[in-house]
Amino acid sequence: MAVWEVFRQEREGQPFQHGGSLEAPNREFADAYAREFYGRRDESFALWIVPREAVLEVREPYVAPVFDRDYRRVDGYSIKVKLKEARELAGTPSG
Amino acid sequence: MSSPAPPAVDHLLRLADDELILGWRDSEWTGIAPFLEEDVAFSSIAQTEIGHARAFYELAARELGGTADELAFDRRPEEYRSSPLVELRLVHDWGRTIARHVLYELADAIRIAEVKGSPDPDVAGLGEKIEREEAYHRMHAQMWADRLAESEEGRKRLVAGLEELWPYALGLLEGEARERLTADVAERLPFFTPPEVEPVERGEHVDEWAALWEEMTMVRRSAPGGQW
Repeated sequence: MAVWEVFRQEREGQPFQHGGSLEAPNREFADAYAREFYGRRDESFALWIVPREAVLEVREPYVAPVFDRDYRRVDGYSIKVKLKEARELAGTPSG
Repeated sequence: MSSPAPPAVDHLLRLADDELILGWRDSEWTGIAPFLEEDVAFSSIAQTEIGHARAFYELAARELGGTADELAFDRRPEEYRSSPLVELRLVHDWGRTIARHVLYELADAIRIAEVKGSPDPDVAGLGEKIEREEAYHRMHAQMWADRLAESEEGRKRLVAGLEELWPYALGLLEGEARERLTADVAERLPFFTPPEVEPVERGEHVDEWAALWEEMTMVRRSAPGGQW
């Protein structure tokens, strides 16, 4: 028996979000149980049913910032003032 | 209610009684199904069968008077129109349970198609609604039959159940619907050849029906006319 992770899409076009997991011996059973648990009350538009062993999990995935390189981060710049000046120069109202 | 109901109403009662009693029998697996996921799925199937029974009883009550609950629980055991197939107590034998499940769903598909073609728009509309859930039941039954048939032990148990229950399954239907069922079973369950047998007809009840009726109606009978 394998573990399957189920992702639900609540409405068309929305991102899939993890709903939970279930045990099933094969794809057909995983399909049937996922429909039963996550589709019975019209609560999902679509489901992704993924064998857990197909999921590549990484822990502590960041590369530790050893040196101070704040300048690389886009949130380090404020363009608000620059944008205002540019708009005034161009004669368009500032938003 | 002891006088015979008109044919259309009698048909509704047959459908309702089959679904109610099968739902009841399936629910005997709640808590003890082979594993957790199946426990939830099979209990849910039992619940939808009982929901279908309620809808059929409501349509029958339109003609007969009274309520769905009265039809479901206030009749004498001999007044039920159920097929012996659904009355059998199969709990603790998963192979036979799946055999009944798959035979019932294949037969029910033929019956629901007839219901959808009813000249009564309420009956036809109910058939449409029910079919949405029955499609899931068929998928569930077929996947289990296929799964059991994969292993030697599973196949042996399933086929033994199919052989035993085949005459009962035929008795669920009438006329040429029986030939359709034979063809459908041969197609969907290629590991089983339906034998030529005398159907176990509706009208007689199996021995274990009396005990189930006692259990089903016990609480209602404890307070006749009570409001729940």
